Amino acid sequence: MTVAIIQFGGSNCDNDVLHILQDVLGIKAELVWYKEGKLDGYEAAIIPGGFSYGDYLRSGAIASRTPIMEAVKKLANDGKPVMGICNGFQILTESGLLDGALTTNSYPKFKCEWSYLRVENTNTPFTSMYEKGQVIRIPIAHKDGRYYHDDASLQQLEDNNQVVFRYVDEKGNPSKDVNPNGSLNNIAGITNREGNVLGMMPHPERASETIIGSDDGLLMFKSMVESGRK
Amino acid sequence: MLYEAEVTINLKAGMLDPEGTTIKRALGHLGYNTESVKSTKRYVIEINAESEENARDLVDQMCQKLIANPIIHDYSIDLREIE
Repeated sequence: MTVAIIQFGGSNCDNDVLHILQDVLGIKAELVWYKEGKLDGYEAAIIPGGFSYGDYLRSGAIASRTPIMEAVKKLANDGKPVMGICNGFQILTESGLLDGALTTNSYPKFKCEWSYLRVENTNTPFTSMYEKGQVIRIPIAHKDGRYYHDDASLQQLEDNNQVVFRYVDEKGNPSKDVNPNGSLNNIAGITNREGNVLGMMPHPERASETIIGSDDGLLMFKSMVESGRK
Repeated sequence: MLYEAEVTINLKAGMLDPEGTTIKRALGHLGYNTESVKSTKRYVIEINAESEENARDLVDQMCQKLIANPIIHDYSIDLREIE
C-alpha cells in the first residue's frame, strides 16, 4: 500500500504522519502537494493536522476547495481509506465528505492535552484491530474542534454507527466534564456512511510510539494498512 | 459597473456563540449589564458585474460555495453601486 499524505500551505503534522508510516510501520508513504490534481497509484490518503491557509475563513474551508480535494473525493468514492486528523477532519467536513461542521470550542481557547477516547465502532478500516469499547489515550490540540450537526442528522449518524470515537474518562464513561470542546454527544471522530472516510480531532500520530507517552494510536494506522491487504 | 457587497455571516439562531458569550462576560466585569452579545463576521467584496441583480447573484454563489457554511451560518448581502 502506498499512502498519500496531503500537504497544504500551513500543514504541520505531515512529517509526523510520514514518520509513523515509514519509520515505525515500514509502509510506503509520500507527501503530496495540494496543487496535484490526481492521486493515481495511491491506495489511501491522510490529511494531516495544521492550519491550512492560516485558518482564515473557517478552519479547513479554503483547503476543501482545492484541486487535490477532488482527487481525494475520487479516492473516497472508490472505497479507499481516507483519514483526516484535526485540520484534516475540518477539511473533510467542509468538503462534504463527512457530515456536520467543526466550530469554536465551547470555552474558546486552544486546548492541547491528553484525552481518553472510547472506540465505538470496530467495523471500519481504521479501527478493525481495536476492541469495541476499548479506551485509548490520544492527545488533542485544537481551538475549533467542537463537532456540531442538527438534531436529526446527529441521530442519523448515531443510528448508522458513524460515531467512531467519543471523549470519555479513563474508565470509558462520557460526560460533560471530560468533553474538551463541547462537541455534541462527546463526538471525537466520525466516519462516512460507508466507513472508509474517517475524521477525528485527536492526533493518533502523536500517540504511536511508547517513547512519547502512548502508542494507542498506532493500531489505527496498522488497521488501515491491513485493510488494504485484504 | 462596480459594486460593493457587504456580506454578514451570522451563527444560526440557537447556536452556541463562545466569542459573544466571552465578550458579554468581559463587559459584565467592566460594569456593563448586557442582555446578549452576538459575534458576526463581515466581508466587503468589490465586484464588476453587468447589473445589480447579476452582482447579487454572484456574491450569493460565493457565499454558498465558500464564505458561509450552511450547517452553522446564515448570511445577508448588502449591495451598492460604487461607480
